[in-house]
Amino acid sequence: MGTSVFYFVATLSVFFALMVVFAKNPIHSVLYLILTFFTFTVHYILLNAQFLAVVNFIVYMGAIMVLFLFVLMLLNLNKENEPNKSMVLRIIGIIAGGCLAITLIGSLRSVAISDPLVLKNPGLGLVENLGKELFGQFMLPFELSSLLLLSAMVGAVLLTKKEEKTNG
Amino acid sequence: MEIDFVIEKFILVTAIFAISLVIAMYSTYAERKVAAFLQDRLGPDRAGPFGLLQPLADGVKMFMKEEIIPANANKWLFMIGPGLAMLCACIGTAVIPWGQDMMVGDRLVKLQVTDINVGLLYIFGVISLGVYGVMIGGWASNNKYSLLSSIRAASQNISYEIGMGLSIIALLLVTNSLSLREIVAQQHGWQWNVLYQPLGFIIFMVCAFAETNRAPFDLPECEAELNGGYTIEYSSMKLGFYLFAEYINMFVSSTIMAALYFGGYNYPGMDYMATLLGPTWAPLFGTLIFFLKIFAFIFFFMWVRWTIPRFRYDQLMNLGWKGLIPLAIANIIITGIVIAILKF
Repeated sequence: MGTSVFYFVATLSVFFALMVVFAKNPIHSVLYLILTFFTFTVHYILLNAQFLAVVNFIVYMGAIMVLFLFVLMLLNLNKENEPNKSMVLRIIGIIAGGCLAITLIGSLRSVAISDPLVLKNPGLGLVENLGKELFGQFMLPFELSSLLLLSAMVGAVLLTKKEEKTNG
Repeated sequence: MEIDFVIEKFILVTAIFAISLVIAMYSTYAERKVAAFLQDRLGPDRAGPFGLLQPLADGVKMFMKEEIIPANANKWLFMIGPGLAMLCACIGTAVIPWGQDMMVGDRLVKLQVTDINVGLLYIFGVISLGVYGVMIGGWASNNKYSLLSSIRAASQNISYEIGMGLSIIALLLVTNSLSLREIVAQQHGWQWNVLYQPLGFIIFMVCAFAETNRAPFDLPECEAELNGGYTIEYSSMKLGFYLFAEYINMFVSSTIMAALYFGGYNYPGMDYMATLLGPTWAPLFGTLIFFLKIFAFIFFFMWVRWTIPRFRYDQLMNLGWKGLIPLAIANIIITGIVIAILKF
């Protein structure tokens, strides 16, 4: 049951991810990206990581994607002002993508199908256990990453500020 | 056993769905009556006694109207928009504990569809998804007013989600649990969370008003500037779904506020009532009390709508970012300090 659900959702993830790339309209791309993130949420639930699942749901689907849509709606993308793609660029793109695909397939071929992974601690994804890990063993990196985010935030606020004219 | 479980949950889900729809339906009636009362008018009184059949008449009217899809609209997204708004409004009630465990015959029935241990975050996620219905519908209409309204809805939702999330964090410090079942059970009798988190409650409530696009924060559908905003190109039941979703959202937010801060099904003297009514009827009485609290909140929503004028857009942003967020952060810090002191 679990495996078949996984394969079904994984197929959907790959399909939606491909649609993100192939969709002509950028708004459609973002909507497919939302669906892709939704399938990721299902993957997290299948892994019994409920907290990660719901955070992925809130932060990526509920907040970041709303901002993506917000920006795209402001941009007013029309067919007329779409950048012109020349034939040479397309051929180069196909060759580069093909090389990457061959490399990936070649490296994956040598990997044997692994046994199903058995989690040592299946309850790790629950809120309590995750919190204990984050604030116990991984206290320092966790706090450092929050500092990193804070500095990024301060930087972003600084960028939006209009420069004050000193010699006006 | 398995089939019993499925039947029990099916009945519960159907009942909750039906109750949400009926309450949303009669909220439209109640809103017009409350507005009439506040403005010293009579309100709807033609259809049925006291105009009680008015929502049915409105529903029939909505269904019978011509369905128009603008020629330049994005057809699929135009149809998905109202559906998404409705879906997000309806799935929020799944984790609400409606009452204590009830004995039916010799079976213990839980009056809650599902108790996930991240229930509070689930509700928060559903609320944050609610904006997609407005955004997608507004964009797909291919109308400048609709687009402006979508953009407003997006920025308003993002801004007030932060304040709401921060006020929930302070609540979590008090309750130590993300499961709604536990949060409500902790507020036994008189120990309602609003007594421990008065500031958090006010912040949460203001944010809930903004998230449901209710006045005074109904900027996405502002008539004076945007002609109705994202609903401008919609007709017939698609428009009906948008309007209906707003009322369901109001019901869900009232439920959440009553459950998180006002004790849900708890009321003073409930232990005495439990011995008096027995294990079957006492939980149902608690559910009744819960609904009374919800109705009080719905009334409050309407009261505010017909009392306070709409905010200007810059005032909205100022209140969200410079007022509520710093207040919510201060609330977290104060709550944390008090808890740390009490632990010594």
